[in-house]
Amino acid sequence: MIKAQIFVTLRAGVLDPQGSAIGHTLNGLGFAELSSIRQGKYYEVELATDDRKLAQAQLEKYCQTVIANPVIESFRIEIL
Amino acid sequence: MKIAIIVFPGTNRENDIRAALVTAGVAASNLQLIWHRETAIPAATDLIVLPGGFSYGDYLRCGAMAAHSPIMREVKSAAARGVAVLGICNGFQILCESGLLPGVLLSNQGLKFVCREVELEVATNQSIYSRKMVKGHRLRAPVAHHDGNYFAAPEVLAELQDRDQIVFKYAADDNPNGSALNIAGIIDSSRRVLGLMPHLENATDPLAGGIAGRAMFDSILNG
Repeated sequence: MIKAQIFVTLRAGVLDPQGSAIGHTLNGLGFAELSSIRQGKYYEVELATDDRKLAQAQLEKYCQTVIANPVIESFRIEIL
Repeated sequence: MKIAIIVFPGTNRENDIRAALVTAGVAASNLQLIWHRETAIPAATDLIVLPGGFSYGDYLRCGAMAAHSPIMREVKSAAARGVAVLGICNGFQILCESGLLPGVLLSNQGLKFVCREVELEVATNQSIYSRKMVKGHRLRAPVAHHDGNYFAAPEVLAELQDRDQIVFKYAADDNPNGSALNIAGIIDSSRRVLGLMPHLENATDPLAGGIAGRAMFDSILNG
């Protein structure tokens, strides 16, 4: 079995109102050094294979077809 | 005209669009609700409607799961054959996620669900959905969404403008969600697939919401 992590983040230039709201709240609590925070998504995945090359290829397909929308998001895969 | 209305788990405006179409003169026997697990769309269907709602609870991204439902393969192949496809609200989000329309609908800039009437402008009448309207004409229609903020790359936005694919816009001073170019509705390059954020189907009854939306149904049915 292979375990992997997928990180999906908004592309630069795509508005992230939730991230902004979180940032405003942290600034409001006195964390004045915080200058930017962007919200993303994190997935933990298990694949029933030991073939790391296959796993990488399949994980990329998951991201390209469903998990990320390339118009606004990019993804990073980490096989553990 | 034969019309198929697609229903996903979480769709909730299927009866609103059905009522609007019956009001516009479609015989009830020509309207069929199609569950998303179906793998065929009835032969001789002229128009497919993806109604509003919260398909799959808006999980992952609005419309993202519905875009991969079994029936969407059929919707895509019907669109490729020239069958008209109308997606309203969540239907618009599904059309973007499925690639039938460019771009994506992001969360409203104000982070709030917006449920109110907005002022719309007919940006073009060169479409089967707006041919009975006057370009530049203003109308009031309800919106009810959390993710209506249309976003696309600058070159895509330029192309939409150049090819007259923006069909409805929010009035510049009444954009409820931060949508690029005040976009409320766009059509694909075949000019058969329309995605529309406002609920024009809920502006067809004088007792509830006015009748400003009737012109769209008149356009669809009486070319």
